[in-house]
Amino acid sequence: MNNEKKSKGSLLRNGAVQSLLASIVCIIIGLLIGYVVLLIINPAGAAGAIVAILKNFMYYPSAVKATQYFGSTLVKACPLLLCSLSVLFAYKVGLFNIGAAGQYVAGAGACLYFALGFKMPWYVCVLAAVVVAAALAAISGILKAYCNVNEVISCIMLNWIALYVVNMLLSTVKDPSSPYSLALGSTNAAAALPTLGLEKLFANNKYVSIALPLSVLVAILVWILLEKTKLGYELKATGLNKQAAKYCGMKEKYNIILTMVIAGALSGLGAAFYYLTGVEQWAVTQTSIPGMGFNGIAAAFLGGLHPIGAIFSSYFIQHITSGGAYVDKSMYCSQISDFISALIIYLCGFVFFFKLWMNHMLDKREEKRAMKEEKGGEA
Amino acid sequence: MLLLIQYTLIFASVLILVALGGCFSEHSGVINIGLEGIMVMGALGGALMLRFLSPDTPAILIILLVMLASIACGMIYSLLLAVAAINFKADQTLVGTALNLLGTAAAVVVVRAINMASDPNNVSSTVSYIATKKALLVRIGGFEFNWFMLVALLALIISYVVLYKTRFGLRLMACGEHPQAADSVGINVQKMRYAGVLISGLLGGLGGIVYITAGVSEWKFENGVAGFGFLALAVMIFGQWKPVNIGLAALLFGLFRALSNVYTGFGALVALHIPSTVYNMLPYIISLVVLAFTSQKSRAPKAEGIPYDKGQR
Repeated sequence: MNNEKKSKGSLLRNGAVQSLLASIVCIIIGLLIGYVVLLIINPAGAAGAIVAILKNFMYYPSAVKATQYFGSTLVKACPLLLCSLSVLFAYKVGLFNIGAAGQYVAGAGACLYFALGFKMPWYVCVLAAVVVAAALAAISGILKAYCNVNEVISCIMLNWIALYVVNMLLSTVKDPSSPYSLALGSTNAAAALPTLGLEKLFANNKYVSIALPLSVLVAILVWILLEKTKLGYELKATGLNKQAAKYCGMKEKYNIILTMVIAGALSGLGAAFYYLTGVEQWAVTQTSIPGMGFNGIAAAFLGGLHPIGAIFSSYFIQHITSGGAYVDKSMYCSQISDFISALIIYLCGFVFFFKLWMNHMLDKREEKRAMKEEKGGEA
Repeated sequence: MLLLIQYTLIFASVLILVALGGCFSEHSGVINIGLEGIMVMGALGGALMLRFLSPDTPAILIILLVMLASIACGMIYSLLLAVAAINFKADQTLVGTALNLLGTAAAVVVVRAINMASDPNNVSSTVSYIATKKALLVRIGGFEFNWFMLVALLALIISYVVLYKTRFGLRLMACGEHPQAADSVGINVQKMRYAGVLISGLLGGLGGIVYITAGVSEWKFENGVAGFGFLALAVMIFGQWKPVNIGLAALLFGLFRALSNVYTGFGALVALHIPSTVYNMLPYIISLVVLAFTSQKSRAPKAEGIPYDKGQR
């Protein structure tokens, strides 16, 4: 029995288990506060609204319809996963990539322009998105490495610059009668990502494409890169202590820039995986940056900054974001899910303290038990 | 030309207020990336006050009440950062980012709820305050003087005096440079950092309401404050964390921001045929370039961003 207790204690001490627990606590508290806010706005439908957010596609009674909308949620979860990988990759190297949003915008602009303007096939468009987004991120990296510019500030500035440039660029390939870019399917069908029959799994939701398995594959690759390769080790060492890394003969400036390039490439890939499915067109009149990159921050931290964790957390964030569309519109607005995911990011700030507290409690418990055993021995 | 000066001054006022807010917070040792969110909250408080006040209220009362509402909202909201960063040693960049996202989302939820309560068909996130906004303005010839310009100037002078000439200010700065040393001579680091963050909430909230009343009479809260909080941070860095330099930097950035509003009034600029988006981008591009040249010899408070740990040497 003693043995069993010990294993339970060590299970709670396991980093992954603690991260998982912390994330679940964040989610529960986030939802609770969201519920309270709904109660304040209109007490009548608060419970219903929270259930609607959590149910998302299960809102539809018909299985076919539900599977179809499940597919749509997954389609949107792919770019989110890649953005969160971008954020967590940079974070592991000590950089806070708040520019994932701008890199995502740049990627979207590049892939749509190559698809609609140059009429290129899909793989060229994907490559364009990756390269352009990586180049944008490289600016932040270079500024950080050579000019000591805080990457958060430079990323934010680039976010806005990217938004304005992309709006300007895509106005040249927009539908004359609407503010949206031309439809992908009718203008250049070759630019749409191949589906390889995956759509049949989701009741012919034609937007489900190879982006789905590829995103998961990228997550695994990022994990391997960070944990199993020399490059990943060097990058992490640079993040922990730039001076020490330099002392050990690592090229610390090069490493910072390379990190941003990889992070940017991931965000750009996310944009390509979204806009090349044709599920959404770009509105050239938009005046705010798409939330995908910012939600990526939420997903990265909720996933315990682990690439595999990010797969689940980004699905969850997208699940509640999509679910926001099903709240009773006569009482609430769909932004309530943005509110809840922002709350979750805020709560993620407490994770470090939560783990500290948990270890402290476990220490105390063990101490008590040790004392008891000692006493028992004496008597 | 007068219009350009007017817009430059009002945008510079916003930047001065918010950058000074960031300055106080960082001098106490807490990085406040969440200024953008604090601005949104301050703007929300002020805008709602403007909307629900009757236009017959005396102008001075309107100004004071609006300022009070913005300050209260900004300070309460900044408490979220203070608690997380000071008591719970959270990652300040993460919490700041969360505050930015939370600010916009919360403002939209609140405004929509209020709009829908008064008219079920109104699902916009816009607050308009056309009538009451007039109280903030005084016409002097062709120049529209905004009382907030005076407020910003006063804030600048007071900040200078407080930071460099009072015991409180010097102690505050000590906590951002070397909190352990400050603690050893009996300064309460936690209290000082709380003070720094709350002052940044005060000034940030005030900056928010000034921004959304600059030149417009209604505000769509879905847009937040369009990255202005971050521009203010750039101003703060460019101003090397010193109030007077911040004032000058704010004027420069204000000028570029104002250009995007009024460039159509200048024949020479229109003749260049530069798309309006370029003018919109200008402040951000300038700040990137400026930061690239000024960040190398940064005079940032040494202990900013590091949670205070008594046991550390």
